[in-house]
Parts: sequence; structure tokens; C-alpha cells
Amino acid sequence: MKKVLVLGATSAIAQATVRLLAARGASLYLVGRNAENLDAVAKDAATRGAAKVESKAVDLNDFAVHEALVDGAFQALGGLDGVVLAHGVLGDQAEAQRSWTATEAVLRTNFLSAASLLTVLANRFEAQKAGTLVVISSVAGDRGRQSNYVYGTSKGALTVFLQGLRNRLAKSNVAVVTVKPGFVDTPMTAHLPKNKLFASPEKVARGLLSAADARKNEVYVPSIWAIIMLIIKSIPESVFKKLKL
Amino acid sequence: MKSLESWGRYPQVEQSTQALTWRSDALPQVSGSVLPHGLGRSYGDSCLNGGGTLLLTSGLDKLIAFDAATGVVRCEAGVTLDTLLRLAAPRGWFLPVTPGTKYVTVGGAIANDVHGKNHHRGGTFGRYVRRFELVRSDGSRRVCAPDENPDWYGATIGGLGLTGLVTWAEVQLKPISNPYVLQETVPFGNLDEFLVVARESEADHEFTMAWVDCLARGKKLGRGLLYRGNFAPPQFDGLPLAKSHLSHGIGLAVPMDMPAFCLNRLSVSAFNWLYFHRQNGKPKQRLTHYDPFFYPLDAIYAWNRIYGSRGFLQFQCVVPYSTARDALKDILERSSRGGLPSFLSVLKTFGDIPSPGWMSFPRQGVTLAMDFANRGEKTYRLVEELDRVTREAGGAVYPAKDARMSPESFAAYFPRRSEFAGYIDPAFSSSFWRRMHPVAMPFSLESERASGAPHPKSLLALR
Repeated sequence: MKKVLVLGATSAIAQATVRLLAARGASLYLVGRNAENLDAVAKDAATRGAAKVESKAVDLNDFAVHEALVDGAFQALGGLDGVVLAHGVLGDQAEAQRSWTATEAVLRTNFLSAASLLTVLANRFEAQKAGTLVVISSVAGDRGRQSNYVYGTSKGALTVFLQGLRNRLAKSNVAVVTVKPGFVDTPMTAHLPKNKLFASPEKVARGLLSAADARKNEVYVPSIWAIIMLIIKSIPESVFKKLKL
Repeated sequence: MKSLESWGRYPQVEQSTQALTWRSDALPQVSGSVLPHGLGRSYGDSCLNGGGTLLLTSGLDKLIAFDAATGVVRCEAGVTLDTLLRLAAPRGWFLPVTPGTKYVTVGGAIANDVHGKNHHRGGTFGRYVRRFELVRSDGSRRVCAPDENPDWYGATIGGLGLTGLVTWAEVQLKPISNPYVLQETVPFGNLDEFLVVARESEADHEFTMAWVDCLARGKKLGRGLLYRGNFAPPQFDGLPLAKSHLSHGIGLAVPMDMPAFCLNRLSVSAFNWLYFHRQNGKPKQRLTHYDPFFYPLDAIYAWNRIYGSRGFLQFQCVVPYSTARDALKDILERSSRGGLPSFLSVLKTFGDIPSPGWMSFPRQGVTLAMDFANRGEKTYRLVEELDRVTREAGGAVYPAKDARMSPESFAAYFPRRSEFAGYIDPAFSSSFWRRMHPVAMPFSLESERASGAPHPKSLLALR
């Protein structure tokens, strides 16, 4: 990936990924909501060796701008060969249970806006018959649990969307890489008590990029989550529904 | 509540933490006092805030700009010196002043106005800080530089993180031709010889420091090895690793707390004997990469754990040349007599280059740094004695390395402390600052303030 569009560039995992890409001398088009913070990430990337850094502050929940945003990125970098889609919100499960508005907001940010962007991007990449789409989903999308099924649904839907996209784009030489992090120590999880399963954003970023380089399909980062989720997915629903997960 | 430790792991306190992420954010609203905390490499309690909150600055780790033509780097305060070296060294720039570890933040280097092996030539880190932004709990933001808010600039350099949060800083780096240092090792038989060799070495060497065997007694008291060096001239540019930041691999790690019995008088004495005699008593010259020259201990990750879970106490003093010989002799004798071995003791001469920081520690004379495994009362008494000897010799003790100095000593060491107190942010405090000010109006602060320095905004600033 030499010319990369990063969506949600101010998120902790995206920032760590941007640093690694910058150190490789990649050209970057960074998108985030907060202009000041986005500028901080852009300057950091430029100072760390990115060949070119452009940034655009937009709210990705405004689907109407997606087409123009992608056009702008293609123009600014003279084409794209990679996308890292990293924007998302954790939401508050209890709040989501009380309020459809809160539930819809999570689905809108994590799934609908991603699906909208990927619709535009998939067509461009399919036409150029090249490129890598890297999308951050989550282990939470592997199975619905009472503690965060709204977030889980948004990520589960995203994972299925990506499976279909991968199937469609395989013949066009476009890689679709689904990255499923477990717990990551980021501002998104700042309020949670930490344990040994929490990984640093840097570690997740390294896993993400090596999966992108190898054009993998679905990866768990850190890889221990492949085993954990295998176990969680294998519990029969009759038992699972009685568990406090 | 999560407990964070200082590098010496003594004292242990309970405090909350708040991670900072964006330099443009307002300071977090918390009850009680706050203190910026970088990588926690201060040894004692100056980086702790018992009962309060630590503002963790390691997330403020973004670079802002680097001009490879002028060597000026602008970065957030949580950026480490390691990161700056990775950025700058391959492009021909080096830190103007560096402490013995690269795992400190730029904010920490400012707050402690750190010094290095080139103090006699270059002075302290603060001299190379062109400007920085200071955010106060009242929401104000000031750019501070020698010609812009100079009083805030002077108070914040060496200000132990108490004047507010430094969000970003601009540092002038210095040019190097290659990453190599031509290093020479000169043995000296005792303290008097050290003083002679050290003064001689200052003329032709940018970097000097000496390791001293603190267990040697009598005529050999103060024997050791002086390391001196300069960056290698351009004819060494073509060597391998010339563009590399690291000269060695990932190094060793101390995987767990070492049990106390690993470190006793015999083992330290054996280590020191081996170290001294490795040199066969003659000067030796060699070419070395800057990494092992400046940061030998960084190769051993978490070396502080060698002292076990009780931790250790550091002591670093500087004494003027006029009293240096007798005071250092007294200090070395006391620590050697006490049966409390200092694993690593370092002697170095400081020059007379002034720092812009009001509370800066380095001043002309000879500095001695030692560390002592924490054996409870016995160790505390020894360190307190060394503090007293330093004060009587007209010297000073380094707050970044201290856990035991007395408030009276602090007052004697830092004559501008009352002026400084007026610049402390009312929401900021540290365990060290409260230890130095056990009563509301300590010493003569009240009367001194009449001389024009502004009043602190709150009593919190004094406690």
C-alpha cells in the first residue's frame, strides 16, 4: 500500500497504522471528524516520513459526502491502492437498550457509513483491478452477547458485508482484509478495567499491516483471539443464552 | 485507583491517572491536584502525586515538524528522546544534551532541566528549548520562550511539572557527522586524581563522566574510571551502521524482581573489582556507537528491578570546587562505611554555563550520583546524612533523584523557590512539593514574597 486513504484517522489504531505507513514513505489521505486532531495526526505523519499527507475533516455519518470524498482522495494522491477503514464507536449498550436513537447511531456509524463508503470504493477498485481494502471489524461481531450486542451487530453486519465483497472482488485482484481486534487499550476503552487480553494499538497496527501486505482474508489481532472466539462460537445456543457474557 | 511507581520504586503512593491524548484538549476536570507524568524515570517522589491524579503524557507523542536543514524539531511533550534520536540521528542531528537514558519524555527533560556528559560544554537541556506551550488549569495557553513570557519560561524549565502542562516544545538539535563516539577510558586511583583528570579532560573532550568504585577505602577512596569522548570526525562516516539508531539488538531484560540477596556487599564489590581491573590500569581508546556510550543501562530493560520490590534510593548532589574534595570524601566514606553498597556511582564535573530555569539543579562544581538498595531506616538515615553533608558544603541535591532531602535543605539549595512558588498552577502539586512544604507557610517564604514576587493563587500551590 503506497497511496492510502485512512478513514477515521484520529482513532488510536488508525494513528498507529498511519505511523507505520508514514515510516514506509507512503502517501496518505487522512479523514477524521475533528479538524484540530486530524491536523495533529497529519503533521505527525509528515514529520515521520510520509511522502505526501493530505487531510479532510468530515463527519462520515454524512453519507452524501462519500462519493466526493473518495474522488478527492483519488485526485489528491493521484490514485489509491489501499484503504484503511477504521472509524467506529463503541456506544453504550445500556443506553442503546433504552433508546432506538442510540442503537441507530451505533449501527449508522459502524455499519451503514462503512457500507456506503465501501460501495463507492469497491466500484473504483474493481474498475482499476488492483488494491487492498482493509477494514477494522471486531471479535464482538462473531457472536451476539447481552453485554454489547448492538455494537456486536454493527460489526457482525460489517464482517458479513466484507465476506460478500471479498467474494465479488476476488476475480478483480482486489484484496478485502477483515481485521478483528480483541480488546485494545485506546480512548474508546479508557473507562474499562484492563487485563492481560488488552493489546496496544501499536501491536494491532502491526498485525493489521502484515495482514494487508499478505492480502489475507480475515485476521484476529492478536492471534490469540482466533482461539478464544473459536471456543465462544462453539458453545451451543441453549447453553450460551444462560451465560453472563 | 491505580498505582504508578517512580523509577526508584520508593516511595509507593496511591493516586489516580488520566491519560492525555490531544494537545488541543482542555485539561481534564478532576477533584484534587494533578501532576503531569511522562515515563516515570524520576527516581523519588517528584513524579508522584499521592492522593491526587497523574496526567499521563505518554499519549501526547506526536511529532509536529522537523527541519533537517536547521535541526529544529517541534513535538508534543510526551515524545521520548528515543523517538527524537530515531528521527534525527540518521539525518545528521543529535540531542544537544542527553541524560543517561533515552526513555524520558521531552516534557520530563524540561521539567527536570536534565543534564548530561557534556554539561561543562553545553549546559542543561533547557538551554536548547526554543519555545513551548504551557496550559494552565484556568484554561489559558501561553507560548513561552526567552523573549515571550520569559518569566513563565524560566519558571517552567526545571519547574518539576508544577507550573502547568507543557503540551509541545521546540528543541534545537546539534549537528553530527556520524553516530560514532571516539571514547577513551582513563583510570584514576583516588578522588584527588579524579579532580585532576576531570579538569584536564574538559579542555579537549565534549563528553566526560566517571564511574567510581564506592567500596574502595583509604588511599584508594574514590578510585574509578573516567570516560571521555567526542563525536567521531567525518572520516568515520563510511562505517556500517552509520545511518542506524541502534547499535545492538533488543538487549537484555530483568524479567522479574531480583531477590534482595543477589545484591550484597560481596557481589557489588566483586562487580566493581572486575570493572576496575578490566582496564589493567591504562588509558584505552576505542570507537563506539553513541547508543552504548550514552545509554549503557537502556540495554537492560527495567534494570531498576534488580533492587527487588522494595526499590532503591538515588542520591545525586553537586558541590562547589572549593569544598568538593572534603565533602565528596566524607560522602564516599559514609556510604562505604554504612555497609550499603552503591551499585553504580558516577562522578562528573559541571561547568558554569547558566540555565534559563530558575529551579535548575546543575551548577558549577563536582556532581556525584549513587544508588542504594532500600533497606529501610538504615538507608533513609544514610541518605539524610548525605543531604546534610551536601548542604554544609554549600552544594545542592537533585530533586528528580531525591526521596529524603529535608525542607530546610531544599530552601538552601534553591534560592529562587519563593519566586517560583508564585508561578505554580493552583491545581498542580506533587508528593515531592508537599514533602518540601509540610506547613502552610514554610520558612521565610512569607517575608520573601514581600520583595515583589506575585502571590500564589491558592494555598494548594504551597502544600
